[in-house]
Formats: sequence, C-alpha cells, structure tokens
Amino acid sequence: MKVLLTATLSGCLFGAGLALSGMMNPAKVIGFLDLFGAWDPSLAFVMGGALIVMAIGYQIGRKRARPVFDSTFHTPTGTAIDRRLILGAVLFGLGWGIAGFCPGPALAALVTGSQDILIFAAAMMLGIVGFRLVGPH
Amino acid sequence: MDQFTPVTALAGGGLIGLSAAILHLGLGRVAGISGILGGLFGPGPERGFRLCFILGLIAGAALLYWGFQQPPAVVSQTSWPGLILAGLLVGYGTRLGSGCTSGHGVCGLARGSLRSLIATCTFFGVALITVYVMRHVLGWGG
Repeated sequence: MKVLLTATLSGCLFGAGLALSGMMNPAKVIGFLDLFGAWDPSLAFVMGGALIVMAIGYQIGRKRARPVFDSTFHTPTGTAIDRRLILGAVLFGLGWGIAGFCPGPALAALVTGSQDILIFAAAMMLGIVGFRLVGPH
Repeated sequence: MDQFTPVTALAGGGLIGLSAAILHLGLGRVAGISGILGGLFGPGPERGFRLCFILGLIAGAALLYWGFQQPPAVVSQTSWPGLILAGLLVGYGTRLGSGCTSGHGVCGLARGSLRSLIATCTFFGVALITVYVMRHVLGWGG
C-alpha cells in the first residue's frame, strides 16, 4: 500500500510539473527545438530545475543502503554505448521533432481531451507494444 | 509563438525533479515515463506501482490544468499521419534506446550516467535537426 501511495504521489507531482511548466503544449516544446524561429528557452529551465532537484535526491540516496519501501535501488547498471542506444535515441528524436511530444507530456496532455493527442498517444502505445513484440531484447 | 516563461518552467521542472527523487528514495525506481509505460506490458510483479504512477501523472496534470482559471493553450500543429508516425517513432525509439527525456534526460543525467548523456545529446540533436528541416527547409508550420 505504501508503495502504491508513493508511486501515486510521485506521479501526481510529475503530472503537475508538466502542466505547470507548459511542457504539455507541443507548440512550446517545438518553440525550444526551433533554434532559428522565435526561440523559447523555457524547456531548458524545466530540464535544469528537474535535474538540480533530482541530483540532490540521488546524492541523498547514495548515503542510504536501500530505498524506504524496497530492499534495493533498481538503478540501471548498463554502461554500453551501443548501436541500440543510439538508434533508439535517433528514432525518438525524429518523432519528438515531428510532433513536439515525448512520452510524459503526451500522457499528461490527454486531460485536454484533444483528439490529436489521443491519436499520438495511441500510436506511441502501439510503438511500445510493437517493440515488445518484434524488437530486440 | 509562445512567450518565454522562466518562472513556471523552473518551478514545474522542480516538481518533476521532486517526483523523480521521491520515486528513487521511496521505491528505488527510475522516473522514466517510457520505461514505466513499457513495464506495464511486460511480465513481473511491478505493474502496480507503474499503473499508480501513470494514473497519478494524469491526475496531477488534470488537477493543475483544469485548476487554471483559463486552461493553458495546448496546440498541436501536426497532421494526423504526422502524429501517427511520430507516436510510433517515440514509442518504439524510447524502448529501443531504453529511455526518454525523463529516464535519460533527468534521472540518468542526475546520476552522471555517460550512457544517458550520449542518448540525451543524440535525441536533442536529432529533434533540433528535424524541426530545422521541417520548418526552414521544407517550410512546414510555424
């Protein structure tokens, strides 16, 4: 129960942060990515704010043997800089540039009820499920 | 084009960082949205926390979005075929590359992962080039 409540609280803060920061709006994300348009640096402030707080959280965690409600930190241990990492990031960057949505904001923006976002989110879920079915493991 | 909003951007980013810190310190999990979503479809006993996180994310966004006196603009300028193509690329690409803006860009960078740094530079670089080509070479949108 504590696990599920912690996950819910964390999710709520994440969604509220996305809404407050304006990142639910793909036009604002593309405003950042379009360096040669009317450039809007907001996204860098969102990333910077998140990074600073999370870096502090990570440093606090380093002094602990385990998280509060689990027996171990499930931090990724892989270090390989391989084709899979790069190709995945390239495909993601292409999709992000085309529509201005990455996974978090796409889910958060579902609350607007917009048909466009529903279509993007459905295609994204199809991509995720498709990877599980046909992708490398 | 939208206005630059440094204060709400920084505050919203802080909330996202706090969310990631709570998930890390509480459950030892990475607040990577694509990873949490992807895990929903896999085996394993961890579906509960993933589902709660995703539902929480949507609820948190709804509370704030509908709490504004005037909900902020959410404007997509992409055609339906574009949205479908982009969605497939984002879904498949983030799973292939083991992370997205949150998993690599926030959580990975915050712990100093070289792998995440390279992934983040790659997807930012490709997205910048994609927008440049679409807007300034092909002349779509904007």
